[in-house]
Amino acid sequence: MRGGQRAAVAPVRQFTNCRILRGGALLREDLWVRGGRILDPEKLFFEERRMADEQRDCGGCILAPGFIDVQMNGGFGVDFSKATEDVGSGVALVARRILSHGVTSFCPTLVTSPPEIYHKVLPQIPVKSGGPHGAGVLGVHLEGPFISREKRGAHPEAYLRSFEANAFHDVLATYGALDNVRIVTLAPELHRSHEVIQALTAQGICVSLGHSVADLGAAEVAVQHGATFITHLFNAMLPFHHRDPGIVGLLTSDQLPPGHCIFYGMIADGIHTNPAALRIAHRAHPQGLVLVTDAVPALGLGNGRHTLGQQEVEVDGLIACIAGTKTLCGSIAPMDVCIRHFLQATGCSVESALEAASLHPAQLLGLEKTKGSLDFGADADFVVLDDTLHVQATYISGELVWKAEETGP
Amino acid sequence: MKLIILEHYSQASEWAAKYIRNRIIQFNPGPDKYFTMGLPTGSTPLGCYQKLIEYYKNGDLSFKYVKTFNMDEYVGLPREHPESYHSFMWNNFFKHIDIHPENTHILDGNAADLQAECDAFEEKIRAAGGIELFVGGIGPDGHVAFNEPGSSLVSRTRVKTLAMDTILANARFFDGDLAKVPTMALTVGVGTVMDAREVMILITGAHKAFALYKAIEEGVNHMWTVSAFQQHPRTVFVCDEDATLELKVKTVKYFKGLMLVHNKLVDPLYSIKEKEIQKSQAAKKPYSD
Repeated sequence: MRGGQRAAVAPVRQFTNCRILRGGALLREDLWVRGGRILDPEKLFFEERRMADEQRDCGGCILAPGFIDVQMNGGFGVDFSKATEDVGSGVALVARRILSHGVTSFCPTLVTSPPEIYHKVLPQIPVKSGGPHGAGVLGVHLEGPFISREKRGAHPEAYLRSFEANAFHDVLATYGALDNVRIVTLAPELHRSHEVIQALTAQGICVSLGHSVADLGAAEVAVQHGATFITHLFNAMLPFHHRDPGIVGLLTSDQLPPGHCIFYGMIADGIHTNPAALRIAHRAHPQGLVLVTDAVPALGLGNGRHTLGQQEVEVDGLIACIAGTKTLCGSIAPMDVCIRHFLQATGCSVESALEAASLHPAQLLGLEKTKGSLDFGADADFVVLDDTLHVQATYISGELVWKAEETGP
Repeated sequence: MKLIILEHYSQASEWAAKYIRNRIIQFNPGPDKYFTMGLPTGSTPLGCYQKLIEYYKNGDLSFKYVKTFNMDEYVGLPREHPESYHSFMWNNFFKHIDIHPENTHILDGNAADLQAECDAFEEKIRAAGGIELFVGGIGPDGHVAFNEPGSSLVSRTRVKTLAMDTILANARFFDGDLAKVPTMALTVGVGTVMDAREVMILITGAHKAFALYKAIEEGVNHMWTVSAFQQHPRTVFVCDEDATLELKVKTVKYFKGLMLVHNKLVDPLYSIKEKEIQKSQAAKKPYSD
């Protein structure tokens, strides 16, 4: 369907009466789509001398790039870290259900697990395009097991590992093939982390710093070796201290390679981060903010006891804890809820809030040419939102994949 | 000649747009009978285009059976450059209306053979049955299209080198950098515009006052190419008060006295939309302006 000669004869669809997010601003423009991609209508007009084959009135709604969630442990009862025989169908179920949150692509995330789980699960989660069947899979996010014992959070201590002995070979031995891996969260203070970061980065895998007790110096060296992301800022790292700001200090560091933008994940569910802390991060470094849900299997299930990795989880409202403790273990707020909370808590512009869930994660993964924007040539993955940023419809490759029920008579 | 004097730019723009609207509707265009128009670019016609878009959006006007021919285009400027006249027409007019791309014609300033491109343009106008209404603006030096002072008044579409005044004035669109301003353009000739069955020239602002004076109160002169239309049987000049500053009081009073008559030309007609309803229901309602 995409590209080539067939795209040129595919029907042209024009979405009218809308405001589209382009170049950091909401513009009163129509969105033109053909063959699953966003089309330059001026080129169509003057070069092909063609008009739209179909027009669709968007009723004045906002059209934003589809949301990208780079940290999602599961949802709707599915736990990606549980090695069932059919992880694939679990991922497919979540992929389908998150369309209603406006998420058009995501990184299924595995928390710290024993090696046999990685070997079993990873090959079952291939990179996959989105469509009517569900959001696209961009690759797996491996959070652990190479993380700090002190800051392991909800990760099971028994499975934590280091790569002291053989560096990258230890990583490969633990995970198996890395073909389906997109992000690895590790603690940079672990011995020989620089070699590992360089090796992962060389394979096109994004290295994220998290679950760590690293000071700022160690974090800066990790970034100089290729790390580009911080996993759920403020959570599972040393608290900000003015003489050693820790990993948080990367947001305003002057030791980063020139032109290098550090991205950081934020769970803006109103629970994992105090709104004041959210504002501090946003004001210090708005361009790097990436909204993540860090959603657990209990997402979409309601209150009660559920399973995450090898553990029991207790859910109450928007709070999910390890059963019997007060240790937070991931959010159950959908992406659109996080965006609305982020907008309200920081007082940022609607444009910035939407970009934090689309453009920034796409840039983090080096996908900004095809995802996270409505620029000409990008994939036509987009969300139709009302003025309060409630999702009305979700499109992937220009096709409607989810639509809100009509309200009222 | 008609000289229409309105108080401000916005009224002048609206008057011009209504006049165009009425001409199209009265022409009753259809699949076998297209209304052909010449179109200008620049800041002067912007208000007029906005009004025409409004009429289209209201359903009072359709461009489905309209063919357009633009006056000019820079040589060597990429089509997608924001200052190209292709971009101008797309952003300010074409993308907002229902005109078919096949029915729009803009000279290609990047053609391999520029003169052949100009000749083909003349041929396309001929094939379309000539131009019914040519709308234009003028420069402060009285140039119409890129027919700079000294252009032949019987000229046809051709390559033209821009006058220094024009290049200097255009520099503001190219980061104030003279080196970036195109120095050549393809333009319809004065003779090409003269062939149109009617010509409408928009002139607004005090900086165009001397040009308007030269256009209508002095003789025909190739140093003020717009003055050629004195010899056209159907010309309408639409201007604002500021543009009349160099005219004789007598001239202004005479034409202002005629406004009662001229305003009848822009009285509401029955729109295309309502005409269709009328066919079936015989409902008669003029539109609301």
